[in-house]
Amino acid sequence: MTQPLVVLDQVEKRFDDFVAVRDANLTINEGEFIAIMGPSGCGKTTTLRMLAGLDAPTSGEIRIAGEVMNDVPADKRDTPMVWQSLALFPFLNARENVEFGLKMRGVAADERRTRAMNWLDRMEIAEFAERNVETLSGGQRQRVALARALVTEPKLLLLDEPLSALDAHLVIRMQSVLTKLQRELGITFVYVTHSQSEAFAMADRVVIMSKGDIAQVGTPREVYRAPKTRFVAEFVGRNNILPGTVTSASKGVVTVETALGAFTVKGDAPKGAQASIVVAGDMMQVGAGENSLTATVISEEFVGSMVTAFLEAEDGTELKVQVQERALADLNLETGNTVTLGWTASDGHLLMEET
Amino acid sequence: MTIFLRAYLVLIFGFVFLPIIVSMLFSFNSDRFPTLPMSGFTLEWYQTIFADPDFWRSAKNSLIVAGSTCIIATFLGFCTAYTDYRYSFRGKSLFLAIILLPPTIPLIIIALAMLAWFSRVGMSGQIVSIIAAHTVLTAPFAMAIIRLRLSQIDESLEAAAWNLGASEWRAMQEVILPFCKPAILSSLFLTAAVSFDEFTVAWFVSGLNKTLPVHVLEIVQGTIDPQVNAIGTLVFGISITLVVISQLLIFFRLQRAAS
Repeated sequence: MTQPLVVLDQVEKRFDDFVAVRDANLTINEGEFIAIMGPSGCGKTTTLRMLAGLDAPTSGEIRIAGEVMNDVPADKRDTPMVWQSLALFPFLNARENVEFGLKMRGVAADERRTRAMNWLDRMEIAEFAERNVETLSGGQRQRVALARALVTEPKLLLLDEPLSALDAHLVIRMQSVLTKLQRELGITFVYVTHSQSEAFAMADRVVIMSKGDIAQVGTPREVYRAPKTRFVAEFVGRNNILPGTVTSASKGVVTVETALGAFTVKGDAPKGAQASIVVAGDMMQVGAGENSLTATVISEEFVGSMVTAFLEAEDGTELKVQVQERALADLNLETGNTVTLGWTASDGHLLMEET
Repeated sequence: MTIFLRAYLVLIFGFVFLPIIVSMLFSFNSDRFPTLPMSGFTLEWYQTIFADPDFWRSAKNSLIVAGSTCIIATFLGFCTAYTDYRYSFRGKSLFLAIILLPPTIPLIIIALAMLAWFSRVGMSGQIVSIIAAHTVLTAPFAMAIIRLRLSQIDESLEAAAWNLGASEWRAMQEVILPFCKPAILSSLFLTAAVSFDEFTVAWFVSGLNKTLPVHVLEIVQGTIDPQVNAIGTLVFGISITLVVISQLLIFFRLQRAAS
C-alpha cells in the first residue's frame, strides 16, 4: 500500500473573521485526477493556494508525500500551478517562459533549452518557441502555461480554472489534452473549477465544496447519482428535490410524505425523520410509474441531443425532465400541457436532511 | 467647431513655445540686441559660451546633479511604488499622500526650507545638497510613473515566479524589474530632465557650485547678451529630448498593453 500523495488533516484557513476553509479532510492518491468544484467563494482556490504554499493554513496539517508542508514556502515546494490568468511572463518568449522553473533551479542553459523545447514539442507548439507570448492565441498560451508547469517533472500539478478564459470548443479540446497528459505522465492533478462539465469529464474523483466546507468527495457518478447533501443535489446536475417526512420504512423501501403526495424510495430511515427524495432529471419518465405526479410544462431548453423540460407541479414546485430530443415528438411535452410524470422507487435517491 | 478648436490649440502652443522659439532664433542673430529685422546669422554666441570656463563648470555640475538625482529618485520611487503595490498597512493612504506632497509645495518655500536645513546641518553650498534637494522634488514623479506600470501587472505574476521556485529576491530580479523596465527608464529620463531644468531650488542651495540654469541667471543679471539665448537653447534641447524619450517609453508601453 503506497502512502497517499496529499493529505489535508483538519485544515482550516481564516482571513481575519472570514473562514475560507473549515475542517477540511482530504486524501489524494498518487496518479489521481482530482477536481475541486464549487461556486465562487466556496474555498476551492484557497485550498489550492495552500497546497502551493501561497497561503498557510491557520490550523490543521497539510502533508505532501508524508512531509508536513505547513511552513514550507512556495519556492521550496515542487507544486507548480497553472493559473486562471495563466500568468505567463509577458517580457519573455514562449521558450523562456517554459525555462523559468529550470532556471530557478540552477539548470545549465543548454539543458534548459533542450528540456523546454521537448515540452513545447510535446504540446505541439515548438514552432512558436521564440514568439512573444502576448502574440499567441488563447489555446497556444494555455499550452505554454502547461509546458512551463510540467517542465520540472513534478509529482503534483495544481490547476486553477485554467480553461475558464477559453472558447467552448477549445475547452473540449484542452480537456482531452489534459486527461491524455495526466494518464501518460501518471502524475497527480488537482484541478479547481466551477464547471461541473469540466470536473465530470476529466476527474477520477470530485470534491464538492460549499462555504468553506467539503460537502462531498466521490467519483463523478457517485456525486451525481447519490448526493449526500441538499447542496450537492442542487449544485450537481438537474435534480428534482422533493422534501418531506418518512411515514413508513420496511424491507429497504421508505415512504416519504411530501407536498406532492407519498412516494417510495429505496433506502433506510427512521419513521418521522425529515428526508427528501431526489430524482435526477433523466430518471423522470413521462407517463405514470411506481411513483407518479402531474405537472404543467412551462418551458424547454434545447441543448442538442437532449432537451430539458421545466414543469411546475400544482403547489408550484419546479420539476425538470430530461428527454432525448428525437423522442420529444411522442411525449406531448409542449408548453402549457399538463402531463403525468413517473419513476420507480429504485431510480430515486433518499437524502436525509442534515440536522 | 473643429476649426475653432484647432485654432485654439495653435494659439495655446504658440503662447507657450513662441518665447522659446524666439530665443532660439536670436541665439543665431549677429546683433547684440534682440531687434527685428534680424541682422545676420552667427555662431558667435555659441563660441563665446563654449570658450567660457564658467559655462563648462556649471554644465558639468548640472550633469552630475541630474545624473545622480535621476538614479536616486528612481530607486526611491521604485521602492515606494512596490511597497504600495505589494503591501497594505495601516496609514497607507497617509504614507502615499506625504510621498506625493513635494510637487504641491511652492518651489520658493521648499528652496528656503532646504537652504535653512542644509546650513544648519553644515551641508549648504555643495553639489550633494543640490542632489538631495532635487531628489526630494523628483522622487514623487518617479514613484507615479512606476506605480502606473505596476498597476497593469497581473497579480499572479509574482506568485507564479515563487511557485516556479524563485525566492522573493529572485522574483524581484526576474519578474518585477523586467516588467517595470520601461517605466524605470522613463522615470530616469524624466527625473533627469526635471533636475537639469530646475532653477529655484538650485539657486538657493547651490552656493558656488552653480548649475546651468543658475549660470544663465547670473549672465542675465550682469549683461544683456545673446549668450543667454544660446545656453537656453542648449538646456531646452537637452530637457525636451529627455522628456520626449520618457513620454515615448510610457506611450508605447501603454499602447501595447491596450492592444
